[in-house]
Amino acid sequence: MGYTLNFNLIWRNFDKLWGGLLLSLELAVISIAIGIVIGLLLAVWYVSAGRVVRTVIAGYVEFIRNVPLILLVYLVFYGLPTVIDVAYSAQTSFVATLSLYSGAYLVEVFRSGLEAVPRGQIDAGKAIGLTPWQRLLHVRLPTMLRITLPALSNTFISLFKDTSVASVISVPELTYGAQWINFNTFRIVEVYLVVTAMYLFTGYALLYALRLVERRFRVAH
Amino acid sequence: MLGQIAYALPFLAQGFAVTLWVSLLVVALSLVAGVMMGVGLVYGPAPLRWVVRIFSDTIRGIPILVLIFFVYYGLPAVGIHLESFWAAVLALTLFKTAQVIEYLRGAVGSIPKGQSEASMAIGLTFRQRLAYVIFPQAFRRFLPPWINGVTDAVKGSALVSLLGITDLMHAINQVIGRTYEAMPLYILGAVIYFAVNYALSLASRRLERRFSFIRE
Repeated sequence: MGYTLNFNLIWRNFDKLWGGLLLSLELAVISIAIGIVIGLLLAVWYVSAGRVVRTVIAGYVEFIRNVPLILLVYLVFYGLPTVIDVAYSAQTSFVATLSLYSGAYLVEVFRSGLEAVPRGQIDAGKAIGLTPWQRLLHVRLPTMLRITLPALSNTFISLFKDTSVASVISVPELTYGAQWINFNTFRIVEVYLVVTAMYLFTGYALLYALRLVERRFRVAH
Repeated sequence: MLGQIAYALPFLAQGFAVTLWVSLLVVALSLVAGVMMGVGLVYGPAPLRWVVRIFSDTIRGIPILVLIFFVYYGLPAVGIHLESFWAAVLALTLFKTAQVIEYLRGAVGSIPKGQSEASMAIGLTFRQRLAYVIFPQAFRRFLPPWINGVTDAVKGSALVSLLGITDLMHAINQVIGRTYEAMPLYILGAVIYFAVNYALSLASRRLERRFSFIRE
């Protein structure tokens, strides 16, 4: 023991952490936005498709969910460029990976939401003469979104935490900033205390904001 | 190319054994710690409940990678020296314990209050109530999410590669370092992780169906 906390070097390098946090949030927001598009398209396709399409979509979902994120990150960043002739930055590579990753989780969320839309609502839509497209756009999707909001918020928070894996391919997000300070100043306990507080504060602030949105759109029981 | 990979297979198998060993340790240790702390959270006095609540919310609120670095680099700084293997197991166990606490709280919370009251009425002690009334019923609610969570432990164990522990993930990266066959090896690794975790999630789904006669 006998360790004396000294936060001076952390504050002097705080720009590494602050910039890192902003980049973490940016990575999370972009990946989730793309993931939502993937999730919505595949979920809508899944519930109306035949067996072959369903098997392919389920295969994508199960594959992503059962493989460690760090391996997917390596595979896309170090593996993929050896077989296809494209060049991309670590950041682009990570966004692509986390988008595919969040897409797989969100397909599941949206699919179960679509299946939970009460049959009577769809029938009512038919009865007032809506086309299938209109039923999807004005009846099924809005109801599904309200049903899935709590699951969506939880997915958001966990994806924000998953951005820490980007540090393994040297994307300068928050965890990378922490490691940089760890290796350059050796104020180890201090930097991880500060970073823990930053992740906790941001995560719970996000959660609180999302809970407010949920309350605004809650489905009446 | 195939020859090189075949040559590396025994090495990868060793790494895979480490992955399984880490996962097993984490799952077993976190089960014990999580059930004890979960009971503390549900039945303990207020200060104990606060401590467990803060522990669980803090651990679940930070990325597992940060926790691993904190334990690995932080403990030696305060004079506690653990081998990197045990530092990794400790960090992953802390993370998993927080999950087990929540599974237990959910499972025990789903048992109607009347069960507890009835067992008090017939004069069972606290331990008897838990052992004969609450746990047997809570068990079937606890099991499916817990088994499903074992896949998180297997996936999380891939992060120990960052501490230089030669698990499957690290073994794959080392073989790639020598052979430059990145894509086939990453795909092979993905297939192995997938096989283990998919089998686990099938087992959890089957159990869930097995216990589906339970109604709220």
